Amino acid sequence: MFRTLTNHTGTLARLILRRDRIRIPLWLFGITFFTVIIPIAFDSMYASQQERDAMAETMKNPAMIAMVGPADLDNYTTGVMTAHNMLLFTAIAVGLMSILLVARHTRTDEEEGRLEMIRSLPVGKLANINATLLVLAGANLFLALLNGFGLYALGIESMDLEGSLLYGATLGGAGILFAGITAVFAQLSESARGTIGYSIAALIIAYLLRAAGDVSDSALSLLSPLGWVTKTEAYAKNAWWPIFLLIGAAILLFILANYLNAIRDLGAGFIRVKPGKKNASPFLQSPLGLALRLQRTAGISWGIGMLAIGISYGSVMGDLESFFAENELLEQMLVAEEGYTLTEQFIPMLFMVLGILAAIPPILSAHKFIGEEKKNRLEHLLARAVSRTNLFSSYLFIAIANGFIMMTLTAIGLWSAAAAVMEEAFAFSAVYGAAMAYYPAMLVMIGLALFFIGCLPKFTPLVWLYLAYSFFALYLGRLFQVPDWAGKLSPYGHVPQLPIESMKWPTAIVLTVIAALFTALGWMGIKKRDIEG
Amino acid sequence: MAMLEVRNLKKQFGNFYALNGVNFDVNEGEIFGFIGPNGAGKSTTIRILLGILKATEGTAKIFGKDAWKDAVDIHRRIAYVPGDVNLWPNLTGGEVIDLFIKLRGGNQSNRRDEFIERFDLDPTKKCRTYSKGNRQKVALVAAFAADADLYIFDEPTSGLDPLMEQVFQACVMEAKQAGKSVLLSSHILSEVEKLCDRIGIIRQGEIIESGTLSELRHLTRTNLVVETKEPISALHELNGIYNIEEKDKTVSFQVDSEQLDAAVKHISQYGIIKLESAPPTLEDLFMRYYENKDEKAAGGAS
Ligand SMILES: Nc1ncnc2c1ncn2[C@@H]1O[C@H](COP(=O)(O)OP(=O)(O)OP(=O)(O)O)[C@@H](O)[C@H]1O
Ligand SMILES: [Mg+2]
Repeated sequence: MFRTLTNHTGTLARLILRRDRIRIPLWLFGITFFTVIIPIAFDSMYASQQERDAMAETMKNPAMIAMVGPADLDNYTTGVMTAHNMLLFTAIAVGLMSILLVARHTRTDEEEGRLEMIRSLPVGKLANINATLLVLAGANLFLALLNGFGLYALGIESMDLEGSLLYGATLGGAGILFAGITAVFAQLSESARGTIGYSIAALIIAYLLRAAGDVSDSALSLLSPLGWVTKTEAYAKNAWWPIFLLIGAAILLFILANYLNAIRDLGAGFIRVKPGKKNASPFLQSPLGLALRLQRTAGISWGIGMLAIGISYGSVMGDLESFFAENELLEQMLVAEEGYTLTEQFIPMLFMVLGILAAIPPILSAHKFIGEEKKNRLEHLLARAVSRTNLFSSYLFIAIANGFIMMTLTAIGLWSAAAAVMEEAFAFSAVYGAAMAYYPAMLVMIGLALFFIGCLPKFTPLVWLYLAYSFFALYLGRLFQVPDWAGKLSPYGHVPQLPIESMKWPTAIVLTVIAALFTALGWMGIKKRDIEG
Repeated sequence: MAMLEVRNLKKQFGNFYALNGVNFDVNEGEIFGFIGPNGAGKSTTIRILLGILKATEGTAKIFGKDAWKDAVDIHRRIAYVPGDVNLWPNLTGGEVIDLFIKLRGGNQSNRRDEFIERFDLDPTKKCRTYSKGNRQKVALVAAFAADADLYIFDEPTSGLDPLMEQVFQACVMEAKQAGKSVLLSSHILSEVEKLCDRIGIIRQGEIIESGTLSELRHLTRTNLVVETKEPISALHELNGIYNIEEKDKTVSFQVDSEQLDAAVKHISQYGIIKLESAPPTLEDLFMRYYENKDEKAAGGAS
């Protein structure tokens, strides 16, 4: 019985490999490259134990624990330092890889009707899902070995074979687990967007759950697969049990996905979509209204997400405050700027990260233009009395407003949670000012996205690269002491560090003008280029 | 022998019954036309036959096997082409055809190239760049090259140009001559009229009529145009006469098939100079069934 259900799994797995012969290697080698380059940098920059201990000292606060998790800070070797700073984030990247790949080969293919063609052939009902999971399991196993042996091959003293293999296995295990989660959501949700949305939400919730658990040092982290990731403590305790937990949970999820797939109709899901309206509201009957309607759910979800992230960071502030109060030594080490508490000094760094994160929804919103264009849906509008520039302006307007709202929600979340837990609460204006200082930089990112959409539609993903660069250059730049100019290549590198520094209006104006220029170029480009399908 | 057998098939989506007791057979060596208005349930029936939707009630059998449980076995011997073919953007048409042939396994036919040529397809292009009609051709080539026993087509020619439509019709006729069976759902009635041995008309999830074209014609009206020496009187008093139009000495009207004899006897009294009769086209038939719901009862009863 199972044999006929899975007939031709192998053939379909080969099809997936053929389709992704570039995509999968790119993910695997990209992640591996990142994994091995970091310890090399750490090893040369923090060469002595003294330097590493100083680094460990700065890690001993709740904000950092919330961000990267706990570690054996009394034994901060290069290996421990690498695992502490990188393992969790890399596991998230691997999880993202699994989510995108599984969704692509399950629900997307189903939604586009390709699976219907496949299923009309002598191919088992469960062949496609198992082919996808097989490829993902293989890719993650390969990733585990590649990273494990890659790290060991660096020959760094504190990075022994067992620790390295565990490090790799943790990444692979997290990848396989998120493949399982996505496979289940691909059965539950009726659309590819839903599948990716639910799975990424699960990833974020896992991260937040772990953060809350790690800060309060409670069992909460044990509920989160990302909590298991940090519990491996590679290069320190070398605990293997979380690997078995990851794989075991993944197997259960695989079985669940298979079961759900076997009992459902092709094209159907389990999360019901409620019937829509019969007539378009007057609001919908304009390009702007339509564009807004199409992005409503995504916008609201992101808004809630940003608010939640703001709240979770804000709720750490209380711990941070009392922590600094207890640690006079630390307070002396990190000499406070005149007139500002140490906690306040965390604000700009926090908003830098949040400002980069909050740029994702407006960029996605602008990219919806390309998405609609590729699906030939813009044609319906352009063939009527709607001009390209009118349409483009609608997306432009929404993206700019979206960014503003996201940043505002983040600030509100952070401020209100901080106010609840702190003894000396921040003034709202200080928090909001610090957040909004990043808005011009975000506008540059949105402008760039619009420029690509208007002038070079094939290159729209480059914005993500630039955003990722900004994150690494500025956030990791602090760890790696990268030269200043590397940070200055990003608009985020020019933003004044409110509330410690004072507002630099000229910078804000220059950034805004650059954003406007990019946008104008995109606006002119859209008038000239072909609308593709 | 029935290659395909559908009995009292029902399918429920939420509270809505898309199929409400569908019954029909497709026999060996027969081309069965499956027609009906949009949303009538044609594609739903076909998807159940392919084992990708599960019937709520009733049975769907192909080659005597259950469409849901024995899908893999059945699929070795059938070929399917949907109306909207979506393919993998970064594979070429040739690669996709080979993939389909490979997945089918069994009797490899080396007729792939023959059909590629007949359908005038460039198999070296990436599917991303194919037009709708060209994607359709990829699926058609893969289906005909398959050498199946039963072909299932759901609006297979919806994107094809008239020339390619003829090639398709020729291929279907060849398949029939080779003893294969075909289930053809289409909105192009001339195509159905030309190809199909038997026809089933579905509306709102029920087969409201099925039979050969001449059987169906029997159930409907014939168009008559007559010219008589003397004007015909009292024509409207006869049973089963509709749409009488008089122009000079010519009268045109429609008559129910069972009243044809009486009508001709009546008009012959007035000295027929000219008599033209046209059998109803499938389109007339179709219109009659589709037009309004009130007639459904009458159509269903006959
Ligand atoms: N997954 C689904 N969920 C809910 N309703 C559905 C689903 N699939 C089909 N339907 C409904 O079932 C009915 C029959 O649809 P079907 O696609 O079989 O029609 P069809 O005869 O093929 O029409 P067309 O000629 O337009 O192709 C329609 O009313 C349709 O809206
Ligand atoms: Mg249909």
